[in-house]
Amino acid sequence: MDWHIFAQQLVNGLVLGSIYGLIAIGYTMVYGIIGMINFAHGDIYMVSAYLTAIFLAILTMLGVTAVSVPLALVVVMLLTIMFTALYGWTVERVAYRPLRGSTRLAPLISAIGMSLVLQNYVQISQGARNQGIPSLIEGTLRVGGESAYVQITTVQLLIVVVSFVAMGILTYIIHKTSLGRQCRATQQDRKMANILGINTDRVISMVFLIGAAMAAIAGALVSFNYGSFDFYIGFVTGIKAFTAAVLGGIGSLPGAMLGGLILGLSESLFSGLINTDYKDVFAFALLVLVLIFRPSGLLGKPEVEKV
Amino acid sequence: MTQTRGIDYGHAVRDAVLAGMVALLVFGPITGLQLSGYEVVARMQWPLLFAGIVTLGRFCMAVWVQTEAGERSLARMRAKRSGGVTVAEGKGKNWQQKLVPFALIGGLALPFILMDNRYWLTVVLLALIYVLLGLGLNIVVGLAGLLDLGYAAFYAVGAYVLAMGAQYWDMGFWGALVLAMVFGALLGMLLGFPVLRMHGDYLAIVTLGFHEIIRLILTNWVSFTGGPNGASAPLPTLFGLEFSRRAKQGGQPFHEFFGIDYSASYQYMFVYLILFLFVVAAIVFCVRLRQMPMGRAWEALREDEIACRSLGINHVTVKLSAFMMGAMFAGAAGVFFATYQGFVNPTSFTFIESAMILAIVVLGGLGSITGVVIAALVLIMLPEVLRDFASYRVLAFGIVMVLMMIWRPRGLMHIVRPRFTEKGA
Repeated sequence: MDWHIFAQQLVNGLVLGSIYGLIAIGYTMVYGIIGMINFAHGDIYMVSAYLTAIFLAILTMLGVTAVSVPLALVVVMLLTIMFTALYGWTVERVAYRPLRGSTRLAPLISAIGMSLVLQNYVQISQGARNQGIPSLIEGTLRVGGESAYVQITTVQLLIVVVSFVAMGILTYIIHKTSLGRQCRATQQDRKMANILGINTDRVISMVFLIGAAMAAIAGALVSFNYGSFDFYIGFVTGIKAFTAAVLGGIGSLPGAMLGGLILGLSESLFSGLINTDYKDVFAFALLVLVLIFRPSGLLGKPEVEKV
Repeated sequence: MTQTRGIDYGHAVRDAVLAGMVALLVFGPITGLQLSGYEVVARMQWPLLFAGIVTLGRFCMAVWVQTEAGERSLARMRAKRSGGVTVAEGKGKNWQQKLVPFALIGGLALPFILMDNRYWLTVVLLALIYVLLGLGLNIVVGLAGLLDLGYAAFYAVGAYVLAMGAQYWDMGFWGALVLAMVFGALLGMLLGFPVLRMHGDYLAIVTLGFHEIIRLILTNWVSFTGGPNGASAPLPTLFGLEFSRRAKQGGQPFHEFFGIDYSASYQYMFVYLILFLFVVAAIVFCVRLRQMPMGRAWEALREDEIACRSLGINHVTVKLSAFMMGAMFAGAAGVFFATYQGFVNPTSFTFIESAMILAIVVLGGLGSITGVVIAALVLIMLPEVLRDFASYRVLAFGIVMVLMMIWRPRGLMHIVRPRFTEKGA
């Protein structure tokens, strides 16, 4: 076992983990506030990858990319975040809000339906084959000697940095702003928050908006990194991000990021050192094990059932 | 709400324009700009059309809910959403029970009617397999209220029990049918036991993960399962008589034994008849089960878990029994599917399969057996008639699921609880 292979897998795992963490935020916030698993969240992430490619193509056709690549990337990111957030908001408004006060199963089934709708809507309008974006960010960083080195591309560096910055901004919003206080209050007790004059419907909408925005950052970054995607990527990534949320403790924001990193690192090490074919099996088995031995996750509070 | 007032058209117009603008932004990039290589092709007519439909729809709805009829139907909808279940009168037969003899005779006569039309025979056969799957998932989702998103995993296991059993242990259809049911139930227990102790929603995601695990193993374990290429599965035999044109050494084909001409339809007719009887037995089983303490415990647990636990019902064993029962049904359906198709490969058991079975149960009305049967027949046979819309099928399933949850979360059919009649009353 050479140290550089191990270190390379660590780097890859860190990148993968940041992505999982960003998507897991959407699951954990929604679960924390209305107690449902938003199955359509993975597909929101998939939509954002398509939006990234579309906006980038428009900017390229307008000639912005030729002038300044960083400017184009920033504009693409911002547009993608805005439009994907709108998707998140719409999904909540159309498929979940009419179901408040319905049976426990209803929002889950509606979410599955929404996930199918998004997948097939994208497949029908954009075609079933793989889509891609050109690689615009070049350059790699090499650490180590001639034959034994660790390679970090600029995109990978960008992913980790942007993810952590996004996490930082979100933590600031949740802990310091009025919106964040409303979110926390609604999460603790929705009825009481409502009585105290918080428009909880608006707060829930905002949570979906924020979750989708985080998924959009992940989607854009992944597209920049891999350059290729299809309408099905949201499914497996969605389950894994949920696994990350459960691992970190569902409802907890730092937990989601921590869970994402742990899942990304362990999956990367597993696929690099043991077996690539079964890396997804490993991730899902991890989910079951966490649920058996520590259902409240690493940083979560144990769930108390109330009448 | 009783005072007479005019309709606030200004409000409706504002809502409609807002909804239309959001729709335009949402549909705009995805439907309006199609990726083609690294460029996009504009097709702005689509988002404009969709936005127009949304605007018009929102306007009509905003006006409708302000009229008296609209207010009444809204109130009805709210009542339905939280409303409970009605109990049967107990006297006489309802229309569903009156239909039973006709359905039985029709079902038994059908293969002989369709004998020369092999295509429709296979379509009906497939629809019956989905009836069986729907009945099984109905126990889990409809009666016990557990969302199982990996149902196709048990279905796949059943199919592979037949294929692998025939390949490695020289097992026939009948042995595999029993083994698949046992195996499915055991697997259901293995998965359900740790998860069912926890909050119900986790089950959905764990079953989803479990489904992916099974699919990945079937795809990657090439030396055993044949991987993506799949494996062949045998046909059922009638007391040792085979349905192929020529029997394997020592055997005798069905048509020679009875001295009739060979027809490829016989094998499908035979599978159909077995399956039909199996489905009838399954329906009787489900109906009886709902009246038993176990079935009542399932439904009670679905309605209020905490109340049930405080009344002394062991929620883990009750849920586990439902989960295992559902898995058992799926295992049997898998064997029928394998023998119907003649071979198995992992692409037959994707997540879409689970979603389709769920759509059947949801459309049938979460708990209603008649509803599930009708929904399965309609959902499988309708796309065969409407071939042109095949690519919109899954999209339609998704929309149906969302709309059903908003409009009628308890399904199209009104659920009637079986009544408990005392002896001598």
